[in-house]
Amino acid sequence: MFSVEANFLDQLKDSIGLFLPETVLIATFLLSLILDLIFRKSRTLTGIVTAIGFVVAGICLIGQTGETAFIFSRMLVVDPFALFFKFVILLSGLIVVLMSFFSKELYETTEGVGEYFTLITGMTIGMFLLASASNLIMIYLAIETMSISSYILAGYTKEIRRASEASLKYVIFGAVSSGIMIYGMSILFGLTGTLNLFDINTFLLSNEVNMVPLMLSGLMILAGFAYKISAVPFHFWTPDVYEGAPVTISALLSVASKAAGFAVLIRFLKSAFIDPTLSSDVAWNTISSIDWQYIIAILAVVTMTVGNLVAVWQTNVKRLLAYSSIAHAGYLLMGVVVMNEIGIAAILLYFFAYMIMNLGAFYVVMLIANKTGSEELDDYQGLGHSAPVLGVCMTIFLISLTGLPPTFGFIGKLYIFSAVLDSGLIWLAVVGVLNSVVSLYYYAKVFRNMYFRGMDPPKEPMTFSYGSMILLFLLAIPTVLFGVYFTPILAWAKSSVEIFFG
Amino acid sequence: MFEIFGVGPLTLITFLPMLGIILILLIPAGKDEQSKKASTNIYRWATVFFTFLQLVIAVVIYINFDLSLTGVNDINGMQFVEKVRWIEVEGLPMLGDLRIDYFVGIDGISAPMILLTAIICFVATFASWSIGKAVKGYFIMYLLLDLGMMGVFVSLDFFLFYLFWELMLLPMYFLIGIWGGPRKEYAAIKFFIYTLFGSLFMLLVMIALYFAVGSFNMLDMMDPSKYDPGSLLSGIGTTWRYIAFGALFIGFAIKVPTVPFHTWLPDAHVEAPTAISVILAGVLLKMGTYGMLRISWPMFPDAVYYFQWYIALIGVVSIIYGAFCALGQHKVGKRDFKKLIAYSSVSHMGFVMLGMAAMNTEGMVGAIFQMFNHGTITAMLFMIVGVVYDRTHLRGLDDFGGLANKMPIYTGVMMIAFFAAIGLPGLSGFISEVLIFLGAFQTFPVMTAISAFAIVIGAAYMLWALQKIFFGKLPDRWKGPWDPTGTKYKHDDLNGIELTALVPLAVIVIYLGINPNPITGMMTSSVNHLIELVKAGGQVAAGM
Repeated sequence: MFSVEANFLDQLKDSIGLFLPETVLIATFLLSLILDLIFRKSRTLTGIVTAIGFVVAGICLIGQTGETAFIFSRMLVVDPFALFFKFVILLSGLIVVLMSFFSKELYETTEGVGEYFTLITGMTIGMFLLASASNLIMIYLAIETMSISSYILAGYTKEIRRASEASLKYVIFGAVSSGIMIYGMSILFGLTGTLNLFDINTFLLSNEVNMVPLMLSGLMILAGFAYKISAVPFHFWTPDVYEGAPVTISALLSVASKAAGFAVLIRFLKSAFIDPTLSSDVAWNTISSIDWQYIIAILAVVTMTVGNLVAVWQTNVKRLLAYSSIAHAGYLLMGVVVMNEIGIAAILLYFFAYMIMNLGAFYVVMLIANKTGSEELDDYQGLGHSAPVLGVCMTIFLISLTGLPPTFGFIGKLYIFSAVLDSGLIWLAVVGVLNSVVSLYYYAKVFRNMYFRGMDPPKEPMTFSYGSMILLFLLAIPTVLFGVYFTPILAWAKSSVEIFFG
Repeated sequence: MFEIFGVGPLTLITFLPMLGIILILLIPAGKDEQSKKASTNIYRWATVFFTFLQLVIAVVIYINFDLSLTGVNDINGMQFVEKVRWIEVEGLPMLGDLRIDYFVGIDGISAPMILLTAIICFVATFASWSIGKAVKGYFIMYLLLDLGMMGVFVSLDFFLFYLFWELMLLPMYFLIGIWGGPRKEYAAIKFFIYTLFGSLFMLLVMIALYFAVGSFNMLDMMDPSKYDPGSLLSGIGTTWRYIAFGALFIGFAIKVPTVPFHTWLPDAHVEAPTAISVILAGVLLKMGTYGMLRISWPMFPDAVYYFQWYIALIGVVSIIYGAFCALGQHKVGKRDFKKLIAYSSVSHMGFVMLGMAAMNTEGMVGAIFQMFNHGTITAMLFMIVGVVYDRTHLRGLDDFGGLANKMPIYTGVMMIAFFAAIGLPGLSGFISEVLIFLGAFQTFPVMTAISAFAIVIGAAYMLWALQKIFFGKLPDRWKGPWDPTGTKYKHDDLNGIELTALVPLAVIVIYLGINPNPITGMMTSSVNHLIELVKAGGQVAAGM
């Protein structure tokens, strides 16, 4: 399949140069594995190594700003779009690693946390590859790399029964969906004779293909991605896994894994199914004359509506956040529906906002669970008074998730709605707005419990370490700050889209 | 324009509460009883201080206000303008260059509202004296609410307007939910969801307007020549413009509130603590009608003309329905005094709608003046309920009687508020209602005649309440002093704090009843300009 060219070695050399962030992560993976073997007793060493590795990888990523190139025989593509998602993945990975240092459940219910950090690195490598994969086989390999790490991580606290249950559920659902996906890929390969997304595009443009298998393969591959971003109807694993997994892992799954899923979803649709010669206004005038826009729009509506409506009935905060993350996948899918530059820019902006606020919310859940040992909504009563800082920060995160100003979440929603309105899909914007109203109800349930109930008698004040508070502020302050001044993020999102299409 | 430390008066009046919030945040609440008491006092007086400063600035603005300038869609007619680039990202895909300004300024429509907000926020601080739990949080939320309200009235950039508009929701939710009555949770979330529902539709219209005009500048949005011909909201009298107007109208109508969007109001009022009821009735309800005058009317003149009759009808239905509901409080339910005033608010805000739909100077001036008067009068009424509620934790219409003997000063102040609410000549409520009737009669004679019945019903429910609570025989259980130990209430009548809150409002109500010019004079030129603008736009639509 891969024709060896004369300048193959030169190409390889260039490729390795552009593969530096991933290389750093792989080195981190190996180093932490070895260090964990040598220093079995240390409970933070691998974590620190991982954090440093992530920072170094981040610096390497910054070095790639503005690059656009194919690497490794067009297996991977390096472009600002992938770069943006890699930043989101890396940043959320780093925050989760830092969160893990304060996690009580992780340190008290497991024998060692060395592998835990190693697996996070492994998962991150998979997500990095997924964000820049431009070949069906590469996509599949990357998804598996990421999934296998995350299956283990979901059940990492193996003494806790629900964690093992979560892990098992995750594996079974994941295996089924990736089976469906690879079946779709094989059909697509059979139709077009190539695995490269760009070649598939060229082939579909110049040849007539049978509609039915093309549609079928597209839908099957979509099912695989929809599973990763937990879109309805492939969401059933989400609440159980989020509830059972350690909070830190739920946070990672809800942000990083979803970011990788969206990156590949957008790239797949954009590269394989959309005619690049047409202007972005008519981006969805797809070559295969299948109404993908309509399919994604239905997916978006169903996802956010089911996510929001089911979240209303939840009594466990982790499950509530799980359904909220399903709903947010729906909002993000609205941006995919638009699929022009403004749509993609909106998704990028929203994702950045979603990362900060969602990690923040999970972090508060973790800190509270450290003290009370519970994630039930009823146990949150009176927390606004016994842990006022946590209460205020949680309120900020939840308000941001609802999409109310002056928070970052509002800016994200504003852009998503702008994109949808601009493309003339007014009905979709109205559905999105109504969903936001519903979401307010269940987010408000959390801070209602924190503030309106359980004041008499007042609970004992809770104290938290300074380190954990600093991390909390690092998440809470940007949530508000970017809500009133979002120029830098917007400019960044803009430049990340521009070159992707250019 | 005068400046203080290089900051304009509108920025100052809007962000002063922020200084108060920071100050309160820095002062610890204290551990033992003694320090708790001390810090509580500091929080109270800090709030008094900052709201008083706001009032001073409002008065300075009032003195420097140029009555001849028009404003509305004319930047040169706006006063105390400040415009600073806030967000700027160039070359965005589709959106082009995104520019959002920090753009504030006032004209004859917003100036009376600034004054009203400053007055109400100042006096409501004194009504907050009885707040006992989590005082620190209370005053932080209170000042945040104050900031949001001021911001709404000064914003001339839609984005900024929306930001402040939504900023008010959260403090209001907590103020009702933490410090409210028995059904506070229900009332708080009902308020929150209702308003969010409306404001999110406003958000969609705002985005559509942005795509049409290319900026969030409200004045640009009022200029049909600035509209991109290919955009959704361009043209005159198109279906999309009517739909957009309708969406905006729902957003504002929920806030007013008009029938059928009013059901959150009685719940919110009944459960909210006194001071918050005062602010809710005094300022928050005006945001709805203010939003219509600032946004809906000048930006969608064609739609205003198209829906004029329906808007008036909604006004009349609110007037009559609200009045009957208020009357009904004497016979059904818990016979709650606060609920009666809440429904009377629906009725009185209906008058504002009627005046605004009349589309002539009398009606419009009457409407804005009614907004101001309703703010002061209803604020008084809620404080009056608060006075007995603080003493007895009761506010049923049947729980009292003969209070006139026990509390003569209280009864005197109460009489002013009650009669002003009924619309007795010589008090401010009369003037605005007469102006509205004068204006509305020219446009909608039948509907105006029907709505005049509400005055009679109004007199009935108010006088009945007066009779039940203040006259007749004092029940045996209230024979003794309110507070036998004398620690909280030294004597039975109003105390100093309560008088400080009530007397200024009473003075305003009486003075404006005799001489309404200080307020009506402020708005005349702006209102005339607004009517011209709407008529011009509406006639183009009619000529099509």
